[in-house]
Amino acid sequence: MARRISTTRKITVTAAGWLVGFLIFFPILWMVLTSFKTELDAFSTPPQFLFFHWTTENYGIVQTRSNYFHHAMNSIILALGSTLVCLVVGIPAAWSMAFAPSERTRSTLLWMLSTKMMPAVGVLVPIYLLFRDTGLLDTHIGLILIEFMANLPIVIWMLYTYFKEIPKDILEASRMDGATIGKELLFVLAPMAVPGIASTVLLNVILAWNEAFWTLNLTTVNAAPLTAFIASYSSPEGLFWAKLSAASTLAIAPILILGWFSQKQLVRGLTFGAVK
Amino acid sequence: MGKIELVGVEKSFGNVSIIKNVDLKVEDGEFVVFVGPSGCGKSTLLRLIAGLEDTTGGKILIDGVDVSDTPPAKRGLSMVFQSYALYPHMSVRSNIGFGLRMAGVPKDVRNQKVEAAASVLNLTPYLDRRPGQLSGGQRQRVAIGRAIVREPKAFLFDEPLSNLDAALRVNMRLEIARLQDSLGTTAIYVTHDQVEAMTLADKIVVLSAGEIEQVGSPLELYDHPANLFVAGFIGSPKMNFAGGPAAEAYGAATIGIRPEHIATSQTEGEWAGVVSVAEHVGSDTFLYVAVPQIGDVTVRAVGELALKHGAKVFLTPDPSRIHRFDRSGIAIAH
Repeated sequence: MARRISTTRKITVTAAGWLVGFLIFFPILWMVLTSFKTELDAFSTPPQFLFFHWTTENYGIVQTRSNYFHHAMNSIILALGSTLVCLVVGIPAAWSMAFAPSERTRSTLLWMLSTKMMPAVGVLVPIYLLFRDTGLLDTHIGLILIEFMANLPIVIWMLYTYFKEIPKDILEASRMDGATIGKELLFVLAPMAVPGIASTVLLNVILAWNEAFWTLNLTTVNAAPLTAFIASYSSPEGLFWAKLSAASTLAIAPILILGWFSQKQLVRGLTFGAVK
Repeated sequence: MGKIELVGVEKSFGNVSIIKNVDLKVEDGEFVVFVGPSGCGKSTLLRLIAGLEDTTGGKILIDGVDVSDTPPAKRGLSMVFQSYALYPHMSVRSNIGFGLRMAGVPKDVRNQKVEAAASVLNLTPYLDRRPGQLSGGQRQRVAIGRAIVREPKAFLFDEPLSNLDAALRVNMRLEIARLQDSLGTTAIYVTHDQVEAMTLADKIVVLSAGEIEQVGSPLELYDHPANLFVAGFIGSPKMNFAGGPAAEAYGAATIGIRPEHIATSQTEGEWAGVVSVAEHVGSDTFLYVAVPQIGDVTVRAVGELALKHGAKVFLTPDPSRIHRFDRSGIAIAH
């Protein structure tokens, strides 16, 4: 039965919704606004909201001081590379756990998740030493490897959950139809799991893009992604708010745009399996 | 060719034994139905033949070759699943043709075969639709199309009609019977519905608790059940059983008589009883009669019988149709 909702109630609820949304979005808005201020305006009290001297000079300075495109490219390589490796390992792993579980599958899944509970800093020294001795410090391969290991548990868990939704019969039917395991994964499982795989990819790209602990500790210049690029603006000589904001805006813009365009896919992924 | 032989096949999950030492021969072109109550292992036995489960003991031979360790894809069998198990992301055409594609059949040959199968199954107008856009009956037909297009050595059906409504089930049953007849391919069909078993089978295999109770043609099982289990399982309504003095009169521990082999009379007969329920369905009348020395007896009388609840009735079993069983439930030969 449909309920009658009064207009006042509608207005109140809508206004409250927008207010909460605005509060969550405000820090990002403030950062973008600050990036268009002069350093002086950025510090002024009381803070100026819209009526300041608009300038794009921060962006120019940031690009000349530290090559944005170099770091952006590193971020892209890192995010896509680690996601690709995660999928190559994660899809078969999740497949076997979802469709051919053993007695230990449940505990393996929990054990994998438990690795995420350990603070990363706890293994910083051994990992650093390993990277130093194997020449992986400040390399793409090294970073892809560490991000892959950090995110693999989440990737496997997500894929496992999606795969569990797929009826086993369909995979068995493909086996009866003569598909080898590889073809079963490629032609039957993967296409059916596209929404799930897509949201896993998206989440993993976002996680890898934003990851700062390992990227800051294991890189200097060559493989340094955008996180290192932002961090370089919070220096001991004092903060440059406007430049830091410009750098941050540049760093989050690509992932924000990606998220915006793929929100349909993300939501579809999250509700996948609800309706067969 | 499609001769399938099971030799001492066993299957257990952990300590639980599901299939116990099953021996069975399925001749080329034969339609064999596995029937039994749920949990009797009939689907597991089919999956063992398909290769979707590994045996824990014994051998499975197809055309004389031991396939116990051969993956399902290489056994040359095709299967129709209870849930249809169609590929939801593919068109009907791709669904039917998937097996041929996996076998590396060129596209034009594949299309030809798919279209031929589709025309047999009246699916031609739906070839470019997705399974989601089809009705239950059409989906079932696609699943059958997928099975026949590969020209397998044998079809395996795992309760294929149980998701359909009653009217459609009868139609599809006829279609499956016709199809198998015209193709002459060996078929193994699993069902818990004994009407399906009786109407489709050349040979019925009755299973209970992972063991074969009896193998035989539908009428053999109906006329000469080997034991109490088969006697009670085959036939609808169920066979009546009686022990005690009524059975001793026939020199047996238990006697069985089918509802359709009991004559009724309002004046005289062997057993006197009172009608507790009378079901009038037009073509038949089903009477549930309480007989003091035996218990409840079901009677099926052809045509309309004007008897109501509480009416007194005399029952006389046809002596030539009485089944006699010894103390361990095994049939005593006539």
